[in-house]
Amino acid sequence: MDNSEGYAIELRRIVKRFPGVVANDGIDLKVRRGEIHCLLGENGAGKTTLMRVLYGLYRPDEGEIILNGQPVQMTSPRAALNHHVGMVHQHFRLVPTLSVEENIVLGLDEGTGPFMNFRKTREKISAIANEYGLSVDLQTKVWQLTVGQQQRVEILKALYRKVNILIMDEPTSVLTPQEVDQLFTTLRTLVDDGLTIIFITHKLDEVIKVSDRVTVLRKGKVVETLLTTETDKPTLARLMVGREVVFRLEKSPLEQREKLLEVNDLHVLNDRGLPALRGVSFDLFGGEILGVAGVSGNGQYELAELLTGLRKSTKGRVFLAKKEVTNCSAREMNNLNVAHIPAERIRMGIVPALSIRENLILKKYRYFPFSQREFLNNKEIEENAHRAMSGYQIAAPNCETPAKLLSGGNIQKVILARELSENPCLIVAVHPTYGLDIGATEQVRQVILAQRERGAATLLISEDLDEIMTLSDRILVLFNGEVMGILDAESADIEEIGLMMAGTRHKGEEL
Amino acid sequence: MKRRVGFKVERIPIVSGRVVFFVSLLAILAAFVVAGIFFQIYGVSPIRAYQLILRGSLGSRFGLAETVRRAIPLLLCGVGLAIAFRALFWNIGAEGQLLMGAVAAAGVALFSGLPGPLLLPAMFIGGFIGGAAWGLIPAILKVMLGLNDVITTLMMNYIALYFVEWLIHGPWKGPTARGFAYTDTFPRSAWLPTIYNTRIHWPTLVLGLFLAVVMYVMVTRTRSGFEIRVIGENPDAARFAGISQLKTTLLVMLISGGFAGLAGVGEVAGIHQRLLGPTNISMGYGYTAIIVAWLARRNPLAVIITSLLFGAIMTGGDVIKVSLGLPFQLINVFNGLILFFLIGSEILLRYRISFLLRS
Repeated sequence: MDNSEGYAIELRRIVKRFPGVVANDGIDLKVRRGEIHCLLGENGAGKTTLMRVLYGLYRPDEGEIILNGQPVQMTSPRAALNHHVGMVHQHFRLVPTLSVEENIVLGLDEGTGPFMNFRKTREKISAIANEYGLSVDLQTKVWQLTVGQQQRVEILKALYRKVNILIMDEPTSVLTPQEVDQLFTTLRTLVDDGLTIIFITHKLDEVIKVSDRVTVLRKGKVVETLLTTETDKPTLARLMVGREVVFRLEKSPLEQREKLLEVNDLHVLNDRGLPALRGVSFDLFGGEILGVAGVSGNGQYELAELLTGLRKSTKGRVFLAKKEVTNCSAREMNNLNVAHIPAERIRMGIVPALSIRENLILKKYRYFPFSQREFLNNKEIEENAHRAMSGYQIAAPNCETPAKLLSGGNIQKVILARELSENPCLIVAVHPTYGLDIGATEQVRQVILAQRERGAATLLISEDLDEIMTLSDRILVLFNGEVMGILDAESADIEEIGLMMAGTRHKGEEL
Repeated sequence: MKRRVGFKVERIPIVSGRVVFFVSLLAILAAFVVAGIFFQIYGVSPIRAYQLILRGSLGSRFGLAETVRRAIPLLLCGVGLAIAFRALFWNIGAEGQLLMGAVAAAGVALFSGLPGPLLLPAMFIGGFIGGAAWGLIPAILKVMLGLNDVITTLMMNYIALYFVEWLIHGPWKGPTARGFAYTDTFPRSAWLPTIYNTRIHWPTLVLGLFLAVVMYVMVTRTRSGFEIRVIGENPDAARFAGISQLKTTLLVMLISGGFAGLAGVGEVAGIHQRLLGPTNISMGYGYTAIIVAWLARRNPLAVIITSLLFGAIMTGGDVIKVSLGLPFQLINVFNGLILFFLIGSEILLRYRISFLLRS
């Protein structure tokens, strides 16, 4: 006999299929009452799908859900809430124009008849907020809150609905390090109070830091469930990816240095018409990766947009391979073989409704062999897609699959395949591995290094300092639209880079 | 335990063509059911009304011919609108573009003095230019100044409407029209041939069918079509890829306005042989074509089918008037209801709703 005592949740043989993929392939999961249980897996491993099944957003094709020993039917999120299961989604479900308290009681029957009784609800909410240290002003409109505060509202919302099982879907992806620490403290308090928490993540550090037990998913199946104290990062990484992970990347030394990009005293305005870059100058050589470090909003995005023709400068000049390209259009830069890996890959990098095949020619559809005169050549377009899909290991049923159905990693691979296929001379890569899992991150970095090997000049803009340190040959630090200094990556000191990101100029730099 | 019926809603990632077809059919059926209530209010049995409408629009040679001749302007306008809507340009102005096409054709017919065989081709070219020019104005206003396309295209309709009124009451009022507000009759060489004993001006019909096929090929197989789809699905990605918003918007409005203009040529040269009151020229084809294009899910080939459907509904309006003595305007109620249910049914394409018993 199976003993259900002590388990808050038991999922038995859960199967959920989508057209062309089995997202959950017979998953068994047992979560103990009062623990933080991490669900670890790469993008597309089926973590979120599984939790949506538990929360009643998806109906499983097969399998059972058992809560506290009782089989239940999760037909909707409302049913889940009736069973005291709550979920904090990766993208919050809040109404920005309503106040915090309005969001919290939204959809509940509080007060008498059509009237709300905010005095009563306010007391209840404050009591919960104080108990768990989730301080937030109840009358503030949600759009005025920081992301971290919004997340607190989501947690309060769930607690107000008396949940005793709380699902957190990648809750740290939007938070600053301080906010992450605060969140972890809150989660601990909740668990000490008897709540059960399922924590979805693909970050190994977080698993080690926050969880009691961890279940690793891979390709829709459970690989293993472990006690966190009895495991370590390399083991988890191996289980998650299915092979050994190289944490270090091999880089060959720089060879011939031919100046490919020269930027001279560049001034650019941002979307609000305020100066974003004020007199930025640097050189970039072939076969070199120049990392651009800086806190978000110090001019990095404007620099990327300028170099790819999406933004115009007000002053200054840009030379590409000794040719002036100041204020060229996006199409002209594209024709000069400048590749752009954009920051927001779904908003800019792909057309979600179009197929992989069509997304792969987004910048090349005008040229032979993909089109001749006015007509597209579907045969070549299809062959190109087959080449790219095998070359970059894009996982999809076929090349007609709409890009929106791909996981984040596979979308990035589509973009890389498209941007790098023509052997670009300059690559502008913005957050190329942001939000990707270990396997995809490693692959993306390898691809960027291979381009460096080939002799391409790469401008790597990233907020992930580790990434910049790992990949770059030199590191340029931007602060408030100005260059604080350019360091050699070999000898660079992370402390010093941190200071420069906060506005200290590099020692020995002439001013 | 009490059992009750509940339902659950699930997102559908990809929709098959079959589902789209059945959901659209369902929307039309729902519109017919609700419209039946109006017949009931007028004291006419809806079943009998629909029998008469069906027989009147599809069941006789005359009815069928009327259905087809009404489908012609709907087809031309609908194909153009399908292209504009693909590029997210919300052209509500096909009515005005149609009228300006009619004006241009009338101008050529009455005043160009071209010899016989050249006259009709010149009228079609003029009509295309007239409609396209009217469509390009809001396009330029949108791209250059960011003016809302829905408002500008809609307002341009009224300008066109009163322009036609002014012409037929003023400078173009025909000396032979015996005081009526319309122009002189066009010379014989400006009349479009019709199929024997019907009002089907077949050259316009052939043109419409041809353009529907051409537009389908353009959208699916050409560079411009690719640009239209990319802009329509993700304008940011289009900018990223260096696709010109200006060029594409102008192109789709050249097509959309131009095709509506051609529809106007067909009406004046094929049916009336003169320029007359704007509501006599068009009967709201430009507005109905919005529903035609939308029901066809912006697919130019599917517009052929949907324009015939709405041609039949408009012919049904004659039946309502003649056989039942009810106002023709009931047809507008019909059209409104179809659009209402069509847009309402969009949710069925994105979500699966299933009913279940629960305790």
